[in-house]
Amino acid sequence: MNRRWSDRLIDNLLYPLAAVLLAFLFGAVILLLQGVNPLEAYSSMVTGAFGSKNGLADTLVKAVPLMLVGLGIAIAFRGGVINIGAEGQLIVGALFTTWIGVQLGEQLPGAIAIILGLVGGALAGGVWGGISGYLKAKMDVNEILSTVMLNAIAIQIAFLLLRGPMIDPAELAAGTNIPHSARLPKTTDMPRFTDLAQMLGITGGADEVGIGGYLGEIYNVLVQPSRLHSGFIFAVIMAILVYIFLWRTTIGYRIRAVGLNRHASRYAGMNVPRTIVLSMTLSGMFAGLAGAVEILGLHHRMFEPTAVSAGYGFTGIVVALFGKLHPLGIIPSSILFGGLLVGGDKMQRAMQVPQVLTVAIVGLIILFVVSTDYLVRRRQNRRLSAEPDSLTTPDEPASPSITSAEVSA
Amino acid sequence: MNGELTTIAIILGIIHQGIRLATPYLFAALGETFSQRSGVLNLGVEGIMLMGAFFSFYVASETGNLWLALLAAIIIGVLMGLFMAVVSITFQAEQGISGIGLYLFGLGMSSLLFKTMIGSVTGITGFSELQFCVTDSFCLADIPVLGEIFFSHSILTYGAFLLVPISVWLLKRTTWGLKVRSVGQNPEAADSVGVSVNRARYAAVILGSALAGIAGASLSISLLNVFQENMINGIGFIAVALVYFGGWSPVGVMFGALLFSTISALQLWGQVLGLNISSNISVMLPYILTIVALAIPFRRAAQPAALTKPFSRGEN
Amino acid sequence: MKKKWLLGILILVLGLLLVACGGDTASDEEPAAEADTPAAETTEDEAVADSAESETMDDETMDDEAMMDGDYPDIEPVRIALVMPSTTTDLAWSQSMYDSLKQLQDHYGADNFEIAFTENMFNVTDAAAAIRDYAESGYNLVIAHGAQYGTSLFEIAPDFPETSFAWGTTTNTGEEEGVTNVFAYEPRAEQGGYVQGVLAAHMTEAGIIGLVGPVDAGDAKLHVDGFTAGVRDTDPDIQMNISFTGSFGDTALAAEAANTHLQAGADVLTGSSQQVVGAIGVANEAKVPWLGIQADQSPAGEDVVVSTILYDWVPTLLEMITSNQAGEYGGRVLQLTLANHGQVFLYDEDLPADAVEAALAAEQGIIDGTIEIVADPRN
Repeated sequence: MNRRWSDRLIDNLLYPLAAVLLAFLFGAVILLLQGVNPLEAYSSMVTGAFGSKNGLADTLVKAVPLMLVGLGIAIAFRGGVINIGAEGQLIVGALFTTWIGVQLGEQLPGAIAIILGLVGGALAGGVWGGISGYLKAKMDVNEILSTVMLNAIAIQIAFLLLRGPMIDPAELAAGTNIPHSARLPKTTDMPRFTDLAQMLGITGGADEVGIGGYLGEIYNVLVQPSRLHSGFIFAVIMAILVYIFLWRTTIGYRIRAVGLNRHASRYAGMNVPRTIVLSMTLSGMFAGLAGAVEILGLHHRMFEPTAVSAGYGFTGIVVALFGKLHPLGIIPSSILFGGLLVGGDKMQRAMQVPQVLTVAIVGLIILFVVSTDYLVRRRQNRRLSAEPDSLTTPDEPASPSITSAEVSA
Repeated sequence: MNGELTTIAIILGIIHQGIRLATPYLFAALGETFSQRSGVLNLGVEGIMLMGAFFSFYVASETGNLWLALLAAIIIGVLMGLFMAVVSITFQAEQGISGIGLYLFGLGMSSLLFKTMIGSVTGITGFSELQFCVTDSFCLADIPVLGEIFFSHSILTYGAFLLVPISVWLLKRTTWGLKVRSVGQNPEAADSVGVSVNRARYAAVILGSALAGIAGASLSISLLNVFQENMINGIGFIAVALVYFGGWSPVGVMFGALLFSTISALQLWGQVLGLNISSNISVMLPYILTIVALAIPFRRAAQPAALTKPFSRGEN
Repeated sequence: MKKKWLLGILILVLGLLLVACGGDTASDEEPAAEADTPAAETTEDEAVADSAESETMDDETMDDEAMMDGDYPDIEPVRIALVMPSTTTDLAWSQSMYDSLKQLQDHYGADNFEIAFTENMFNVTDAAAAIRDYAESGYNLVIAHGAQYGTSLFEIAPDFPETSFAWGTTTNTGEEEGVTNVFAYEPRAEQGGYVQGVLAAHMTEAGIIGLVGPVDAGDAKLHVDGFTAGVRDTDPDIQMNISFTGSFGDTALAAEAANTHLQAGADVLTGSSQQVVGAIGVANEAKVPWLGIQADQSPAGEDVVVSTILYDWVPTLLEMITSNQAGEYGGRVLQLTLANHGQVFLYDEDLPADAVEAALAAEQGIIDGTIEIVADPRN
């Protein structure tokens, strides 16, 4: 048992970290050629993301949508479908949540309005994802294609609504006509961490409580005003729920079974098309939730759709895979990528390194990390031949199941 | 309105534009067809196109030689393809994800190189539209109707369409094509008769990426004659989708590309003619119609059975 | 096993090759400037010099510039940070602001006028982090150069009461929310658009003008509204063909939209946002005049970009800086108009004299208030 644990550590932690390191090495070469000291640049990156209260808060704020989108992607992958449409699903979710918040936020108590907003966002995202699932299950339309198309359609729908029925009346009055919605009533703001701390009666900063150093910064993230909102707690709870759902319920088991082997599931009497629609709908729901939480917790109004989705739909895929498609793996994975993006921006500001360099490095990290899966598999194969009884069960969050699913399509 | 514009002129305009706009989609999607036929989903087309667009533009603006520029696009396409192949074939990486990695790498690198090597948006003289002049006074482009549609395109547009029969021939009539198809369909069987699965896949991915490089160049040195950061703006992803749309056959891909580009042209004309449609709705049109067209059950896609499935002898 | 290592080396070589490509040329271009100056800045300087050059083409604008030159007030050393949605090289919205900052830096010197910028902040969350970070680092003025940044700005601004913030396009300074240190700015794009419409109406012989817009909203909408009104008021028979691509970065579709306009008979083209470089490429190929907006777009098509409404942020920036240094940190809406030289016209000397004359008259009319811009409703 002990040995297996250490194997897992090497597989899931050491290899990815080595890959990240390698990517940074490449980045360092590029930085040197730009006349920038790589050590200085990278240290600004790390401290920018994790070193201070604000950096940490920004990292966690960014981790929220990444985590939720990543959870949805993981459900889809586990169910044997590829969801590239999280961008569109997030936008649709954010739109519907905004509409609910603006229309009903005034009449309802805040908590109920927030819950309604979250449910509405999830439903809208679910419908948007469900379309792709339905098209795949019933009409054999490839989901990669339909989700790509639906992304583009969602963006235009958002612009259409934000220019017309949903535009902020103040914009019309001022004549500027910027396509964004009115601000949601303040009662619908998801409480920030500092609000929660105040509710608990904790008000003092780290200095007053007498916690110094880095721990003090962490304490301040939780207590002092920052943009960090309760959406983070919500996302973590969701991750745990998805874990329970996938591994402890019949429907979850069915989704994973269909993902692992569509043929066998069919012979076992499962309704495969329905399960596909379900996986895609659930996947869309989580992207929609991400949109809802972004609106209620952070932006408090809907604006330019691509600025709200902000590439989370794509980064979320990477987060999901980096987390080995395991809901609990996605939590640290989303924080890591949130930090990478926040730190990359910090590096841009500190060193005036073009932001696109971070994009290139992230690309390299992805390429190297997915390459290490091969080495992990080799190790596992070697272990398997050594101890034949520890066969891979569906519980093993080792490698994505998508490959075998595609074969039976 | 538009009294001088006859219906025929508009239809001709739409067809002409549909053909021209199909060029980048066609290069990229045909390249992706080779790749997918061999069993490798290359989602990084967009990134390769950006690199191809940048390098061809850079060489063109430095040397003024467009053919050299095209060569640069091919070389960078080959290199990016090699990278993709190493990661996806040798290291058996999850292909959808490695593709996104390659895209981000291409996006970042092309923008970074643009910033350091060129610095600001400038224009160049690219491939111009051919006229096919038989004599001094008579050009094929002057033929009414046909001339306008078929004989006034850039050489890269003709190249793109010429590539369709070439691709069919390569895939269907050559031993190499047979190998590519067999490793995409049943790698174990191909391996058992002595075909090197990974070599065939390397070749297909690299060829596909070289074509993606040309696709990028077709924008930066032929259709637009400028380079701008992130200028491909999703064409590469739509090209991947078109391969599914075309049922993995070059001819199907061509029809897909033409359909998509023609509907795009149609919506532009709809706006120009002042039809009473919101611009947002008309921009949506190509995407909606593509989904609808896909849902019509006229053909069942023949997806390569081993698509996205890495091959390793004896281990699986 | 051997094969694996071989491939590892292969990746390394490939990577280094790519890197080498970039590095070599970068050092070729600026042999000595490695130390402090990032490569982009040198080229930016050139771009600024370029636009200065084209300004001298026209006497009228040169006068304005000359007058403006004397107007540079004495200021104390200032640090300004700019957060923008696209890049300093987008030939449009972001570049116009960056160019103006560089112009001021050239005047006051880098010691007295420090600039920092963050590009590609289409992600609002990232932008907010940048804004806060700049404020914390003691920048005097933090410019959030996009309408989407407002909500974040109003959250951050109260924490830094002695830092000025600015954002636009908007007229909202956050007064209602009790924010006092935010400037709002708004280019009155319809003014420049109107003048350009008058110019275009005098230039077209076919009587058809094509316009390539991004999304029918905000700044772009104002420009289209003004342009259309200018054309209509000059000659109601002229056909205005308008198309939107539905995004700001779809260079290829913008080019195709320009092609559509050409085939529909347009002989003057215009448009806005960073994607129009594609359309300018098409205009360049067809040798059809292009009327630019925001930044000087002539680098993308030297011969065809015959006129530009340059967003000159210098007066606005100076207004904000002096206001900040006088202890008034925000609370005002600043407009870029023709009257306050926030919008400056560049005319090519090859333009027909009557067209330029009419445009100048329209400029004057708007400044005097004798011309009222009434937009037609559109879809």
